Amino acid sequence: MNATLTWRLVDRAPADIGVEAAGPAVTPDWAWGGATGRAVRVCVVDSGVEADHPRIGRLDGAWTVVDAADGGYSVEPTDTGDSCGHGTAVAGIIRRAAPDCELFSVKVLGENAAGTGAKLLAGLRWAIRQDFDLINLSLSTTRIRFVDELRALADEAYFRRTVVVASAHNTPVESFPWRFASVISVGSHHEEGDPELVLYNPRPPVEFFAPGQNVEVAWPGGGTIRSTGNSFATPLVSGLCARILSKHPRMTIFQLKNALYLLAANVRVATGGTT
Amino acid sequence: MIENKVQTGHDPLSVELLQSVVDVARAFFGAQASSLFLLDEERNELVFQSVSGQGEGFLVGRRFPAQSGIAGWVVATGEPMVVDDLSRDGTFDRGLAESTRYVPNSLMAAPLVHHDRILGVLEVLDPVPQSRSSLNELDLLALFARQAATALRIVVDRGRPADPEPALDGSGRTAARELLQSLQRMLGSPV
Repeated sequence: MNATLTWRLVDRAPADIGVEAAGPAVTPDWAWGGATGRAVRVCVVDSGVEADHPRIGRLDGAWTVVDAADGGYSVEPTDTGDSCGHGTAVAGIIRRAAPDCELFSVKVLGENAAGTGAKLLAGLRWAIRQDFDLINLSLSTTRIRFVDELRALADEAYFRRTVVVASAHNTPVESFPWRFASVISVGSHHEEGDPELVLYNPRPPVEFFAPGQNVEVAWPGGGTIRSTGNSFATPLVSGLCARILSKHPRMTIFQLKNALYLLAANVRVATGGTT
Repeated sequence: MIENKVQTGHDPLSVELLQSVVDVARAFFGAQASSLFLLDEERNELVFQSVSGQGEGFLVGRRFPAQSGIAGWVVATGEPMVVDDLSRDGTFDRGLAESTRYVPNSLMAAPLVHHDRILGVLEVLDPVPQSRSSLNELDLLALFARQAATALRIVVDRGRPADPEPALDGSGRTAARELLQSLQRMLGSPV
């Protein structure tokens, strides 16, 4: 266990992690005022998504990673939905935050417990090469052998302007790709009052915190449950990014991350500078 | 590498070890029940290995698909989770829950991990309200699951067909004893 690893905000309030930032102030109105995520293509790489769920609505495309004849994997269209509910929960939060975004699903989890790391890589690689605007990855792998390839994929996404928003693990273990600087990494805070409260973490590698406790999420079959974990903080940030990109479609990933940083509730833009 | 070899007739010490894990989990979280499942990778199923509280006495050995429901979620993601308001939603794995003769309103579950592999799942059903839906409790559950995974690893290791000696050897017995002592220390109460 890495004692310095900060993956979640506990035992501290937003006021305890105040940050003074340089640069022009960014207001929510400038960032996403009037925006709904329209025309932004968001892909949920997860356990599948239940289409037409009341909290999700239209799903614009769904694929699954299957075993290929050559021993590798291929990505095929699917109508198998979501076997365990995780992807559906994630998609519902994105839809809440960005109601007019285009939602897609790539299923990399849920068929069986074995080989999930390799399927995650195959599905993520495919999604990056479809040039989605944004990929939500409320998943990570602890398998070190995948790290180099994952890092290369995260860099590829970064330069293609595909934003990867990645969940930190729920326990303080080393996992990936949320540790990489090329992605937007998200952990949980425990403030339940504002469903869109985003905080910047002054002690990365987790860069942002969003609501992850007691979150009402979509559940297969049309209902909802409440759940807790970083998996549900991440799609809120994805949805906010979709809103920003729908209003500022030419933003690069570094501009987007900077906007999130300056918008974070605990970041105060200081005027002037040092001499 | 360990194979998740499912055994239906563990020796008494193994049974006691796994039972103590779920008994302590149930007591610690003030829960109605706690269960420990072994993942049978070959059949992609989860198997009840030990149960405390609701379902105790008839669930051990029962199987269900490893890709469905909350336990399937935990197996798929490899991460602990807490869910609430299950009784409000009629679609929550009700068939499975009713077959176990108990339908919880809330549930905590954590994967039992050895190195990179998921050996099984620990579930806690209807913990007392202050244990539920809290990030700190998720941490506690994950911590507890590490102990449970060690216990399960010992039992699975002992059950391998290649093991010619059915009883614990010296190191296995020491590991089992240390595990129980560690649980006692962590929980501050007799196991």
